[in-house]
This record gives sequence, C-alpha cells and structure tokens, in this order.
Amino acid sequence: MSSLTNRPSGHEPVIEFRHVNYHLNGGQELLNNVSFTVEGGETLVLLGRSGAGKTTALKLINRLLEPSAGEVLVEGRSTTAWDPIALRRHIGYVIQDIGLFPHFTVERNISLVPRLEGWVEERTRARVKELLEMVGLEAGKFARRYPHELSGGQRQRVGVARALAADPPILLMDEPFGALDPLTRGEVQREFQALERRLRKTVVIVTHHVGEALALGARIGLVQAGKLAGMYSPKEFLESTEPVTAAYVEHLRMYEGIERAE
Amino acid sequence: MNLLEYFLRHQREIVQATVEHIWLVGVTMLLSVAIGVPLGVLVTRRPWLSKPILGGANIAETIPSLALFGFLLPVPWLGGRADRLAIVALTLYALLPIIRNTSAGIAGVDRAVREAAKGMGMTQRQILFQVELPLSLSTVLAGVRVATVLTIGIATIAAAVGAGGLGEFIFRGLAMVNNQLILAGAIPAALLALSADFLLSMLERRLRPAR
Repeated sequence: MSSLTNRPSGHEPVIEFRHVNYHLNGGQELLNNVSFTVEGGETLVLLGRSGAGKTTALKLINRLLEPSAGEVLVEGRSTTAWDPIALRRHIGYVIQDIGLFPHFTVERNISLVPRLEGWVEERTRARVKELLEMVGLEAGKFARRYPHELSGGQRQRVGVARALAADPPILLMDEPFGALDPLTRGEVQREFQALERRLRKTVVIVTHHVGEALALGARIGLVQAGKLAGMYSPKEFLESTEPVTAAYVEHLRMYEGIERAE
Repeated sequence: MNLLEYFLRHQREIVQATVEHIWLVGVTMLLSVAIGVPLGVLVTRRPWLSKPILGGANIAETIPSLALFGFLLPVPWLGGRADRLAIVALTLYALLPIIRNTSAGIAGVDRAVREAAKGMGMTQRQILFQVELPLSLSTVLAGVRVATVLTIGIATIAAAVGAGGLGEFIFRGLAMVNNQLILAGAIPAALLALSADFLLSMLERRLRPAR
C-alpha cells in the first residue's frame, strides 16, 4: 500500500498534497502531514469517520481553505499561486447539502458557471439540455422547475449536472450521495459510475460510507484523525488485515450477511 | 356624523397634509434603504463594525423623537429647512430595523448555498448580488415595513418643527383642545400606517423564497 502514495511517473499528477498541515486559528489540528497524488482521470475516495479531516482536505483543493504548512498543487501549481476564482471555475464541486440556489430554476442553477464565464445564450441552453439528459432528467420536464419541486435524488442529479456544467477537468464531491435513501443512493451511484467512465474526469470523493468507497474509487485513501492512514485499491482494501480496514470490511460483511440470510 | 361632516368640510386641507406626510415618509424611506441596506451588508462583512453600527442605530432609536427634532434644530444645514431636518431625524429612526434585518437576512442564507456559490467560483460581489441579497429580500423588506410604519407615526411629530404633514392637525388640535382637529390628523395617519403595512407584507410574502 505504501507504494501508492508517491509513485514515480513520467507525467505530472493533477492533484498533489505535499506534507500538508491544516490547523484552525485556535491551534486545533485538522490535518497532519498529509501527502498523496491523484493522477489525471483517476477517482480517489477519501474514506474516514466524521471529523477525520476529509472535508478539510477537499476544501484545500479548491482553495476554500489554504494549508497552514506544506503545499497543495493543482496541475503542478500551488493553489495559493492560482487565482482562487479561476481555480474554482476549473473544478466542479458537489457538496452534501447540494446547495442548489432555491431562487433559481434548475436551468439557471446548472447554467450558473457558464453564465459567469460569459457563454452565449444558445450554447448555454444546449449545454443545460445535454447535462440534464446526461444525469437522467428529462430537460423539457425539469429545466423550469425550482429545487423545492424536486425529490432528493433529482436534486442530487442537478447538483452533479451543475458541477459538470463548464466541463471542468476536476470534480470534487463531498458526501455527494449522503442525504439519499439507500435505494436512490445505489441508483445515483451507478449512474455516476457510468458517467465517470465516459467523462474521464479527475475526481476526489469524500465519504464515510465504505460501500460507496469500494464502488466508486479506483483508490481509497483512509483518513484517520487528520492523517492519511493508508492508500489502497479496492482489492487491497478488502484483503488488508490492518485493524481499521478490517473493521470497515467487517461492517460491510455484516450487511451482506443479513442480505444472504433473508 | 359630526366628525364626518368636519372631515368633508376640510377635505382639501386633509388631503394636502396627507400628501405632505407621504412625501416626508417616502423620501425618508428611500434614504434609509439607500443607507441602511449597505450598512447591513457591511455588518456581515466586517463583524467588528457590527457593534458600533448597530449600537449607533440603537442609540438613535432611544432618543425621544421630540428631543431629536430639537437637537437637530441648531445644526447649520438642517436647522434652516424644516422638511430637511424632519427627513434626517426620521431617517435616523428608520435605519435600525433596516440594518438589522439586512444583516439578519444575509446571515440567514443557507450555509450550503453560500459555500456552493463560493466553491463554484463566484466572486464576493456576485455572491452578494446574485445569491445573498435575492435570498434575503423578504427579510430586508420586513425591516422596511417595520421602519415605514414607525416613520408614519413619528412623522406626525415633524409638525412640531414646522415640517407639515398630518401632525399639523394634531398639534393644532392639542393647542385648541379640539378633538375633531386631532382626529383629522390621527385617523389618516393610522390609515396610512395600516395600508403601508398591508401592502408591504403582501410584497414580502411574494418575495419569500420557496423551500
């Protein structure tokens, strides 16, 4: 597993953490010496308990936070050297509570970044239609609705469509399917997997859900108390005998056991 | 029916005083929105300014209105023109609810919405004008409504410094111990306040974002 943190390669990783520390002004440490890389087109899942520092790590990538020590590089450039607005428009962002704008229609929600980027009207409208179909929502039916007129699963799909609107090469997702019931969650996850295979984005997903991590991640980074405790492929994760991974796997098996018993 | 006859007989004067009253209140509200909303936004952006700004507006609110008109009388640019003085004094009263509701409205915008806006690469200005202000519009308007009703009442006192309006009748009626005259000022003022309250609360409901 240790070989996965810093593998030598000819090309530059899209995202790189170099000995990143992050602490609050009061001194409480949220991340401690975290290093990892994400290659282009790869999906990395950060798995860990609530409060382990996963979300903090994610926010360091689009510079909603800046490292207290160390560096976060996006496409080879330190986030602090990027213009924060340019960086964020380069990165799609999906958060747990989705954060759809309640006063905008679905169409305006999705077209926000294209509009900010000054796309012409027809191109924007065509893009919205394309994206809605891509996430499995009929454009004619949903474009004019407001977020409160959608179900949780539909809202989540709109959130993903919005993050993909300006076709950013990088996608960050913070507990993207967390608020969904298990069946809808599975559905949206499968759709997202198919989407991801097609789009080949560099994706970082934060979750505390081990099944989700195994389903979506090409690699899984285990975050514990502000440290990166390990990097695994799904197969390595399942086979690992370390106590923490074993506990996660045990938890997963427990559910499977219930399914089989019925 | 005595009162009604009285009203009809003095119809022209009452209408004129009502128009004056509306003018005083209208200008006051335009000014206090133009000053209060930016101050309310500023309070959310620079929390350390919250105490001095809200504190200042609070103090203005506690000064008895008659005394405030009196205090402003010797001020150079103001003392000379009664309507100017009245509008400045009334604006000082109207500011507090507007500042407070603007900052409360913006502070009440869903954290996730604000974070999504920032994470998507909106600038501070874009977040303010496209997200925060539209979403707090109904709260801001509630402040405007409270301030308007308050101002319609206090504006009757502006007559004490000669700024006209419905207060004219009230002060004259008090001096002459004439109840009809007092009511000729008080009733239209009350009706004005009620209708402003009604209209603005309707607008407020329409602008409230759906959940």
